[in-house]
Amino acid sequence: MSQADKTDAPLDVQIEADAASQAAASVRQLNLAQRLLRHRSVIFGGIIMIVMLLISMAAPYLGTIDPAYIDPTNRNKKPGYEAMVQDQYDKEIQRTYWMGTDALGRDIYSRVIYGTRISLVVGLAVAALSVAVGLAIGLLAGYVRWLDSVIMRVMDGLMAIPGILLAIGLVSLSGATITTVIVAIMVPEIPRVVRLVRSIVLSIREEPYVEAAVAIGTPLLKLLARHILPNTMAPLIVQGSYVCASAILVEAILSFLGAGISPETPTWGNIMAEGRVFFRILPHNIFFPGVFLAVTVLAVNVLGDGLRDTLDPRLAKRI
Amino acid sequence: MVGGTAKRPPRPTGEAVLEIDGLSVALPKGADREHAVDNISVSVAPKEIVCLVGESGSGKSVTAFSVMGLLPKGQLAPVAGRIMLQGEDLLQASEARLRDLRCTRMSMIFQEPMTALNPVMSCGNQIDEVLRTHTTMSQAERQTRILDILEQVHLPEPPRMAASYPHQLSGGQRQRIMIAMALVLDPVLLIADEPTTALDVTTQAQILRLIRELQERHDAGVLFITHDFGVVAEVADKVAVMQWGRIVEFGDVHQVLTDPREPYTRMLVSSVPSMKPKLRGAREPAAYILQTKALSKTYVDRGFLRKSTVVEAAKDVDLQVSRGETVGIVGESGSGKTTVARCIVRLIDPTSGDIMIDHYNIATAKRGELHDLRRRVQIVFQDPYRSLNPRRTVGASIIEGPMNYGQRRADAESRARELMDLVHLDPSSLDRYPHQFSGGQRQRICIARALAMGPDLLIADEAVSALDVSVQAQVLRLLDDIRNEFNLAVLFITHDLRVAAQICDRVLVMHKGEVVEQGTAHQVFSNPRHAYSRALLDAAPGKDWEFGELLNAER
Repeated sequence: MSQADKTDAPLDVQIEADAASQAAASVRQLNLAQRLLRHRSVIFGGIIMIVMLLISMAAPYLGTIDPAYIDPTNRNKKPGYEAMVQDQYDKEIQRTYWMGTDALGRDIYSRVIYGTRISLVVGLAVAALSVAVGLAIGLLAGYVRWLDSVIMRVMDGLMAIPGILLAIGLVSLSGATITTVIVAIMVPEIPRVVRLVRSIVLSIREEPYVEAAVAIGTPLLKLLARHILPNTMAPLIVQGSYVCASAILVEAILSFLGAGISPETPTWGNIMAEGRVFFRILPHNIFFPGVFLAVTVLAVNVLGDGLRDTLDPRLAKRI
Repeated sequence: MVGGTAKRPPRPTGEAVLEIDGLSVALPKGADREHAVDNISVSVAPKEIVCLVGESGSGKSVTAFSVMGLLPKGQLAPVAGRIMLQGEDLLQASEARLRDLRCTRMSMIFQEPMTALNPVMSCGNQIDEVLRTHTTMSQAERQTRILDILEQVHLPEPPRMAASYPHQLSGGQRQRIMIAMALVLDPVLLIADEPTTALDVTTQAQILRLIRELQERHDAGVLFITHDFGVVAEVADKVAVMQWGRIVEFGDVHQVLTDPREPYTRMLVSSVPSMKPKLRGAREPAAYILQTKALSKTYVDRGFLRKSTVVEAAKDVDLQVSRGETVGIVGESGSGKTTVARCIVRLIDPTSGDIMIDHYNIATAKRGELHDLRRRVQIVFQDPYRSLNPRRTVGASIIEGPMNYGQRRADAESRARELMDLVHLDPSSLDRYPHQFSGGQRQRICIARALAMGPDLLIADEAVSALDVSVQAQVLRLLDDIRNEFNLAVLFITHDLRVAAQICDRVLVMHKGEVVEQGTAHQVFSNPRHAYSRALLDAAPGKDWEFGELLNAER
């Protein structure tokens, strides 16, 4: 019957179709992974993030000691200080404090390396949770019209709460645990995700293909999952990366203010808060965690930009 | 620079204002052809309207943009030929020189006046900007000039129009502002790129009349770009038919339309549907599949702390469609024809009235009942590029509906293959994605998706309006074949009277939400009773030409 088509359709239609399928083929040859790997900022941000992940996982094997170990004899030492310490088998060994020690004689290097864990866990958890919760609420607000104004007014209310204040409140109410901090940072991020998802749903629901799906009797959940949800994925991943970067920063700020995770836990913010007093004479207390924080946040943001360029067709450069 | 009095430079009579000679424009590497425009030659004399006509992608707009020097930099570049504007080669002109020439010697009007006008500047200021850039007139002189040109384009109350912003005007008024802006400095050449395509047919007729009138008054030559042979018949003195960047035929309008030399032109002209309804055999009356009774849809915009506004999108619409019958709803934008269609499919809920499918009422059906009724009414939309989910294969799109109703995947797939065959597409391409198909092919897939549900009623909402005329003819034929084969009831919604004349047994004319006239196609087209139907038929471009008829008879 394709033969019938060939005779039926004028030549230009055929050629148009052939050209279209050829163009499609060349686009398909570059699948998503390949396109991501061609983007410099994705590679740059991705590599740094992978390194940070490895550091956090391999923290005990990177020549660290117990980050909470207080050694009154080695207080406020500068980077590069060498001393004899006991290892875990009570053997005396020579150890170099590459990043010096703080006012209680704790090893900054170990604290910074272990701090990577907290920062990444907080960043990734906040990003994943706020995107998941925001996606569900946003889909409902966008598609179920009568819910929209109710949900969005609640979201407006949430956005009006200053994030740091909310965190301080929550922490003082329920204690300085990592869960509290994650919840405290996540809550103010949710409305942003909801707004993003809702706006996408509002435009996609008017697309004729969604209306056609309604006309062929597609049930609501299938309709949302098949026809609407896929359109929100790319912008959500991008938004998620920004949420992650800001969560890492906010966690550090909270710790710095003393409203975050309890001070004996090594986090970048805690280390900087404790080093603040002697900042003029012992800047290494702030410098090293600061560098780690800056590099990580930069990497996440750069990665987010790269993802946006490759995933979001509206912003992507034409191939 | 034109002086304060803006004297038109003396022009040797009879000599062409625009002469395009052997122009070629290269496409970037990897495109479907080497040249967007390939060795074309056209000339436009003063007081002459030359139409460039062709299907989408034929290079009409590229030609226009080359003349204006507005080709996108780095993507399209003229590689050969000359474009002479009154003896001056535009391809050699510097950017500064081109800027001087634009508006003073050559002007352009675009398809979509809303996007061509600056939304944050009043219309008067936008025309003023042209005058300030190109002349040394004083403020007072400019003001008189603006009011004068607004008067010439027949806008009511020129001072008020000059003070208003684009969004406060209707589409037709905006296009008049564009024309005023283009002609305010008396250019010798006016390029009109599909200037009436976005407008309603009655507005289109007025704008075409206006362009003719002003072009004569200003002695300008016009290069008029369109895909619509009706418009060509209405305005053109000469016609250049383009295909794949080449001019296949260039000649006098009468000769091209009645006695085309090239087979391509012949094919195009014969694809234009005739305004004369086809005589269909009288059908024995069958029971109505669809019947609406006093169907109304009212939109109420409830304002907080302000008066609520009520819009009656459809008002007391009664229509009947029986098996094997095609009923057309024609009307301009905002007439409520699409509202009626969307109510029948229950994409929106009607405010009042009944929609009966057999003896079931869709208008009041609750969820479960509605789910059962959905299979019986299917719809094909206007835009083939948006009516298929780009992330799903066409096969997945076609089998989705039957599977929603519990059909097994294997059965649905074999049915999908049969349907692809039926709509003249290759069944093996079911696992391809929509972007791998052309517009006409996608519309066939949409028809297959609708048919997979086994509907009693098929609604085609402007289903062929976005297609090129030759593809349009094929899809119309397909719809007609399907109606015959399945004994379907078809509700065909269109703004295009020619299409309605060709496919409909009966026609309803809608205006401002109400049905003003209904009758057999023959009756409505040959003897319209309502004043609005008469106005609508009168405004149809090229209504006196019998495109399809003439050539079909010859064959």
